[in-house]
Amino acid sequence: MTDKALEGLGDHIANSLEHEVISTTVAFGELTVVARAEHIQKVLTFLRDDQECMFKQLTDLCGADYPERAKRFDVVYQLLSVQLNQRMRVKVETDADTPVPSAVEVFPSAGWFERETWDMYGIFFADHPDLRRMLTDYGFQGHPLRKDFPLTGFVEVRYSEEAKRVVYEPVKLTQEFRSFDFLSPWESAKYILPGDEKAEEPKKEGAK
Amino acid sequence: MAEVDIKNYCLNFGPQHPAAHGVLRMVMELDGETIERVDPHIGLLHRGTEKLIEYKQYLQAMPYFDRLDYVAPMNQEHAFVLAVEKLAGIEVPERGQYIRVLFCEIGRILNHILNLTTHAMDVGALTPILWGFEEREILMEFYEAVSGARLHAAYFRPGGVHQDMPAGLAERIYAWTETFPKVLEDMEALLIDNRIFKQRNVDIGRFTAEEALAWGFTGPMLRSTGMAWDIRKAEPYEVYDKMDFKVAVGTSGDCYDRFMLRLAEIRESLKIMRQCLDKMPGGPVLSTDNKVAPPRRADMKRSMESLIHHFKLYTEGFKVPEGEVYVGVEAPKGEFGVYLVSDGSNKPYRCKIRAPGFAHMQAMDFLCKGHMLADAPAVLGAMDIVFGEVDR
Repeated sequence: MTDKALEGLGDHIANSLEHEVISTTVAFGELTVVARAEHIQKVLTFLRDDQECMFKQLTDLCGADYPERAKRFDVVYQLLSVQLNQRMRVKVETDADTPVPSAVEVFPSAGWFERETWDMYGIFFADHPDLRRMLTDYGFQGHPLRKDFPLTGFVEVRYSEEAKRVVYEPVKLTQEFRSFDFLSPWESAKYILPGDEKAEEPKKEGAK
Repeated sequence: MAEVDIKNYCLNFGPQHPAAHGVLRMVMELDGETIERVDPHIGLLHRGTEKLIEYKQYLQAMPYFDRLDYVAPMNQEHAFVLAVEKLAGIEVPERGQYIRVLFCEIGRILNHILNLTTHAMDVGALTPILWGFEEREILMEFYEAVSGARLHAAYFRPGGVHQDMPAGLAERIYAWTETFPKVLEDMEALLIDNRIFKQRNVDIGRFTAEEALAWGFTGPMLRSTGMAWDIRKAEPYEVYDKMDFKVAVGTSGDCYDRFMLRLAEIRESLKIMRQCLDKMPGGPVLSTDNKVAPPRRADMKRSMESLIHHFKLYTEGFKVPEGEVYVGVEAPKGEFGVYLVSDGSNKPYRCKIRAPGFAHMQAMDFLCKGHMLADAPAVLGAMDIVFGEVDR
C-alpha cells in the first residue's frame, strides 16, 4: 500500500474513533495508531469489523519498555487484513500498575500473546481468562524483558549430587558483565580516566 | 446397578515424548480416550533470545535467528535482515536477492521434508523419514557450500548475503531439483493412498477459514482451509514478484489436507529454485555501501579505507536510524515476523519475534477437544511445530 492510502485509512480510523484514538502516523510505509488503553477493546472491535479496515487477524501482540517515560510500557498490536491485504499497528501506553483490558474477547489468539507479555513485562491484562506465566520457569520471579532486569538474571540452576535434585543458586559470574559503549568512539570519555585524575590540575593553577 | 462415579483422567504428555517434536509438556484431561482439555506448557526451551538481541549489535544479533526454527534457518534470518534493511534503507544487489530466494526455497523444502516425514512417523510410517533425511542431508550440503555450516548458517546479512556461491554449486543444485521429484514420488506413493495414513489424518483437526484467522494461523495451516494467502504473493519481497509459482490451497482444513498441501508446496519451491538459477544475474551479492556491509577481502589487502571500514563494522557495527518496523516473511511454517524498534544506536532497542508456531500451538486445546488421544500427535504433527521458535 502507498503512504497516501495508509494516511487515508489512518484518517478514517481517527474520525470514526475520535475519543479513543490519540494519534495516527505513517512511517516506513506502515500505519501506527496510538490509542487510549482503556478503550482498546472498542478500537480492536472497530478495526476488525469496519468495512474499510477488515483486520480479521491479530498477527502479534507484544510489550515494549521505555523506563524513562511516566507510563513506561507500550503494548503493541500488529493487525493484518487478509481480505484487503493491509497491515497496521495499534499501540497503547500503560504502566506496571494499570491493567489493560484483555483482547481475548475480540481475538482468541490474544490469549497466549497476552500471557507472554505479562510474563516478560509484568503488564497486567484485565479479564484475561488464564493469565499465568508462559515462557519462564515454574516459580520464576521478575519480568525478564524489562530494561532494568539484568541480562544475566538473578539465579542459576545446577544438579546437586548431595541433594539429588536441581537446585537454584544466585548467579556467580567469573567475569563481570561488560557492555561496551561504541556510540562515540572518536570522542574522549566523559568520565575521568583512571590514573588521569591530575590532568585537569595544571589548568587550575594557570588560572590563578 | 449402583451408579459409578467416573472421574476424568489427567495425563501428562511429555516433556520428553517422541511425538512432541521437542520439549513440550501437555496436561491433558481425558474422558476415557476422548480429550476434554489440553493445557500445553511451553517454554522449556526458552533461551531469552529477545533479551539477548537487545544487548547485541545488529550483525551479532542475526545468528540467533538460525537457532529459532533450526529446521529452516535461513528463512528466519531473512525476516531480520529485511527488517534492518527497511529501517536503514539498504539496497540489496539483484544477485543477492536471487540467492536469498533460492536459499529460502531450499529452506522450505528442508522444513517440509522434515515435517512430512516426522508426521508420517507419528502416525506409524517409518520408511519416509529414512528416505527423506537422505535428501535433507544433500540440501544441508548446499547450505554448507555457501556458508560453511550445515545448520547455523548466518549467511544472510543486512545488504545481501555474505559470500557468492562457489563455482559449480548452481549446477549441483539444478541437477538435484531434477532428481528429487522421483524421491518425492516414491515417498508419497507410500502414504497418500495408504489406508492407515488416511484413517489417521482425514477429518482430524478440522477448522474453518474464519476460525483460522481468529486464532492467528498463517502459512499451510491457513491455506489448508482454502484461503490462498501467501505473503510471497500478497506482499512480494525480494524477487518473488518475478517468479512464476502457484499457491497451494486445501479444501477441508484437516490434517490430510495440510500434508498434501506441503507436498504441493515442495513442487512449487522446486519450480522457484529452477527459475532462480536460470535468471540469476551476475554482479555483487552484498551491498557495496561499506557503511553497512563489509568490504570484500581482496579490497582490504590493498585499500586502507576498506580496512578501516572493516574494523569499524566489526567493532562498532552500524547505526540504524530511529523508528519501528514490522516485517513478516512467508517462512515454511507460516508468517515469521520481526517487530524491530531502533533508538538510533548500533543495537536494537526491542526485537519481538513473531513465531508462527506460537499461534498454532495456542490452538491445541481448541483443535483437540473431542478428538481421541491418538489424534493429538497427528494434529501436532500436521501443525508443524518446532520448539526453537515457539519458546524463543
